[in-house]
Amino acid sequence: MFLPVKWLKEYVNLDVDTKVLADELTLSGSHVESIISLDRGIKKVVVGRIEKIEKHEDADKLLIVMVNIGEETIQIVTGATNLRVGDYVPVALIGAKLPKDIYIEKTKFRGVESYGMLCSLKELGYEDNVIPKLHRDGIFVMEKEYPLGTPIDKILGLHGEIIELEITPNRPDCLSIIGMARETAATFDRELKLPEIMIKDEVEDIKDYLESIEVDGELCNRYYARAIKDIEIKESPLWLQIYLMEAGVRPINNIVDITNFVMLEFGQPLHAFDLDKLKNKQILVRRAKDEEKIRTIDDQERILTNENLVITDGENPIAIAGVMGGMDSEVTEETTTVLLESANFNSKSIRLTSKQLNLRTEASSRFEKGMDPNLCKIAAERACQLIEQIGAGKVVKGHMDVYENVRKGKTIQLRPEKVNNLLGTDLTVEEMIDYLERLDLKTSLNGNIIDVKVPTYRLDLNLEADLIEEIGRLHGFHNIPIQPLVGVLTRGEKPYSRIVSDKASSILQGLGLNEVITYSFISPKVYDKIKVELDSKLRDYIKLINPLGEDYSVMRTTLIPNMLDILSRNYNYGVKECFLYEIGNIFIPKELPLNELPKEEKTLSIGMYGNVDFYDLKEVVVTLLGRLGIKDLEYIKEDKNPTFHPNRTGNLLLKREKIGVLGEIHMDVLENYDIETRVYIAQLNFDTIVKEAILDKKYRPLPKYPAILRDIAVVVDSNVLVGDLEKIILENGEGLVEKVELFDVYEGKQIDEGKKSIAFSIVYRSFERTLKDEEVNIVHQRIIEDLENRLDAKLRG
Amino acid sequence: MKDRLSKIKEEAIADIKSLSNLESLENIRIKYMGKKGELTSVLREMGKLTKEERPVIGQMANEIRQEIEQELSEARERFKEKLKEERIEKEKIDITITKKTRKLGHRHPLVATIEELENLFISMGFSVVEGPEIETVEYNFDALNSPENHPSRDLSDTFYITEDILLRTHTSPVQIRAMKTMKPPLKIVSAGRTFRFDDVDDTHSPMFHQLEGLVIDEKVTMANLMDTIDIFIKQLFGKDMKTRFRPHHFPFTEPSAEVDVSCFSCKGEGCPTCDGTGWSMELLGCGMVHPKVLENCGIDPEKYSGFAFGMGIDRITMVKYGINDIRLLFENDNRFLEQF
Repeated sequence: MFLPVKWLKEYVNLDVDTKVLADELTLSGSHVESIISLDRGIKKVVVGRIEKIEKHEDADKLLIVMVNIGEETIQIVTGATNLRVGDYVPVALIGAKLPKDIYIEKTKFRGVESYGMLCSLKELGYEDNVIPKLHRDGIFVMEKEYPLGTPIDKILGLHGEIIELEITPNRPDCLSIIGMARETAATFDRELKLPEIMIKDEVEDIKDYLESIEVDGELCNRYYARAIKDIEIKESPLWLQIYLMEAGVRPINNIVDITNFVMLEFGQPLHAFDLDKLKNKQILVRRAKDEEKIRTIDDQERILTNENLVITDGENPIAIAGVMGGMDSEVTEETTTVLLESANFNSKSIRLTSKQLNLRTEASSRFEKGMDPNLCKIAAERACQLIEQIGAGKVVKGHMDVYENVRKGKTIQLRPEKVNNLLGTDLTVEEMIDYLERLDLKTSLNGNIIDVKVPTYRLDLNLEADLIEEIGRLHGFHNIPIQPLVGVLTRGEKPYSRIVSDKASSILQGLGLNEVITYSFISPKVYDKIKVELDSKLRDYIKLINPLGEDYSVMRTTLIPNMLDILSRNYNYGVKECFLYEIGNIFIPKELPLNELPKEEKTLSIGMYGNVDFYDLKEVVVTLLGRLGIKDLEYIKEDKNPTFHPNRTGNLLLKREKIGVLGEIHMDVLENYDIETRVYIAQLNFDTIVKEAILDKKYRPLPKYPAILRDIAVVVDSNVLVGDLEKIILENGEGLVEKVELFDVYEGKQIDEGKKSIAFSIVYRSFERTLKDEEVNIVHQRIIEDLENRLDAKLRG
Repeated sequence: MKDRLSKIKEEAIADIKSLSNLESLENIRIKYMGKKGELTSVLREMGKLTKEERPVIGQMANEIRQEIEQELSEARERFKEKLKEERIEKEKIDITITKKTRKLGHRHPLVATIEELENLFISMGFSVVEGPEIETVEYNFDALNSPENHPSRDLSDTFYITEDILLRTHTSPVQIRAMKTMKPPLKIVSAGRTFRFDDVDDTHSPMFHQLEGLVIDEKVTMANLMDTIDIFIKQLFGKDMKTRFRPHHFPFTEPSAEVDVSCFSCKGEGCPTCDGTGWSMELLGCGMVHPKVLENCGIDPEKYSGFAFGMGIDRITMVKYGINDIRLLFENDNRFLEQF
């Protein structure tokens, strides 16, 4: 919200500069976002009167005008089209400075000298959105006579500042000059001076203009109306236009400007209907019929539903209540009689209507935050007063008011000790009362309790805690002396799952992997990209009702597509090799559509490309799980996972249950991701890892007795697995085999086709004694025999 | 014979001096002192000498042998030393070369920030808890006293899955979970992913991260809240950092405040980054837990009070590391990741 400081000062005596005002308001709860200076550095621009207009002989579109600037009359060449002799206009003299660092010099236009420039409002620094239509094109022609030669910045009031405020949604009452004046008065402990409302002359009787008002009491709590006659619609006086423009509102005409002025001043939206355009002299506020139509003042046809509230003349809708008026009853230049509406509408209904119609206006945004019905009368009266004051029309005597549920101020009991207990202060009861009274909250001390009467415009004050906040913020949070927490000492802890994942992270980083973070939502198309079968459970994903787009529309059930995305991006950026991991959730619904929260499974994905193969990926997995103390792992070949290479992929089993997959990505999938190198990805269920991890390490005594090393090389069928050989070796080890290390796998020369040679180094050791060659020989021989028997292995010579 | 000995000595010493390598040293030893060496042969002829001459020549021969041996051993040392020097010289390497075979992985800067924040709070006695990314409307809004028609509940602000289930818009529902399942005193923090209907640009992302803190106990005050935040900010950003508590509004706290921190660029002097205010705005929101929220979680607001605070981790990460575009955090460009 824009708060012109000049306007604010009409209601509260202030002798501080704007910087101090802004700082203090910020600290008492009205956050000042910026201070905008009205001083635009304009120099040597004065009021002039057009004395003579001639055509430029050598240029069709130029005029030569003589302008009287008081002391002299100067010649100016202009391209303006809206000038008449006798017009009062702003004249930038030679040496003048305009906003945006524009300087005016003497120039010649096609041989004719020009001693200055006539200015438009835009050239004087006004934004397009506040310049009245009348002055949008061409030179700013003033609405009345001003002393010639007067600096224009004086007339336009280009001094002082505007404060831009962030008003929180709980304080709609602050969305007005008077609301902010009240805050300012409280902050600086000054008196609030409200305008005295008095209408001098009233004529005739409203009953001659309006027969009845009927309202839907549920959606319209109050409807207050007044009538104005003998109206002459014209441009508002300049001061009024300037007030509006400074507050960010575009002046329209005198009547509309007054309604806007009062809305800015008090916060209450008003609407003026052309009374002569109403079919019946009555107001009926009702729900719209489904499909009922109205053309609004922005010349759009709106189709309404039963949920929208309309103002009607008994027959046709003349306005969408609290949102926008109808074009048919709009105030125009021909208007002579006006019905002034000052009403209170149900905030929820306005919010819904505004949303349905996708139509947000100053009025709707105020009504949807909640207005005080007691404001209707004051605002309407104030508008009448101003209409009379600027001579825009004659106020008709009397008003019509339908107000069923009169809102009364509530009383909240406040315990002073509770204030100090919550804030950590030691304020006296007197201080508390002072802060509350400054905010116009009437107090009375009742024993140990302060009874606080809350004005009806303070929708935010309902509980004791709300009052404590009021005291706190006026006292100033920054004035509360900070105090360390007391009470039971607590020990900070991390959940075990986090300890395990932090540990996993450091192991993975030690192995050279970089951590990534990707979005929890993905595109459903990725399931095709990674070739997931149509009936796969992976496709039972949770959909968002309102995603930001298809790319972010479903909750992921796998981390693999995100990993592929990142690898692809990096590959295509020209990054030569990538080693990445992510620990994140996948979302598994118990049923679809969701009736309860889904299972969120912490999952680890590892992805890599570069100078690596399957075994590099597996080494990472084995090392990680090994360091996390996870035992009983099995790697089983997997050839049915469509995302992966059927001959280079394995499932990881823990206690015979699948906890993950690792392998080379299928070439089709790589093609879908524009990757032209081999990619290796593993995905593991991290919740299971957390469950099975053993972080407590126990010391095992170091071996005291020497080991005996035996190498063994066998030739087997080429599809025999190294893992099977290792298993047999260990099974026959009788506890003496400490380690089996593969050191060679060979296919080719000297080996028959369809066969391969595999060589291990076996370390024999006993923890109880020095082994003798003979006993090792027996075990070693048994291993060889078992390999021969079970895998048809032939010992190589 | 004396002359012969002297000659042998001179020749031997000259030979040794003219040596060029360790191998020929041995040859010289053999040449003079081996079984058939020159000195040995002279000594063999000792028998021919007179009784008087024998001890004199004998002593002389011994001295010469010692001298030659001395020379030999010195030469041997010299050669060893020279060889060492030659080897060292030969083993010259270029130490400006950096090998890149061993790589250490990098922690994502966001996670690094989360961990730093959590550890800080752990040291202050807070425990870390976790909550789900998919939440109920009840925990995300209702229990937190969010008004029924609050704009933050709109489809244009919040991602919904059903009417009652959504992607959490803040980490605050973890407060509710904690209060409902644990008994006061409570001192927790919770960091994690949060979601809002924001198009991606350099400061917005539909997914971002928050850290939430909650303390519930008897006699917890606003002054305690301010102290806690002050300690935290000073530890995170430096002892010279100041905090400013500005009254604000959140549905779930009363009183509520936003916290500004000394501008990171000028440390409070006032500079273009902070529009001359000296403050870096809105780093954190906080307040005293609303009595209705306590009630909603079965905690008696007459007996207990508490405070809560929340902050955007992405923003803190960006400030900390000087990252100017939030998209970088989620693009995971390897060249970005390897900077941290």
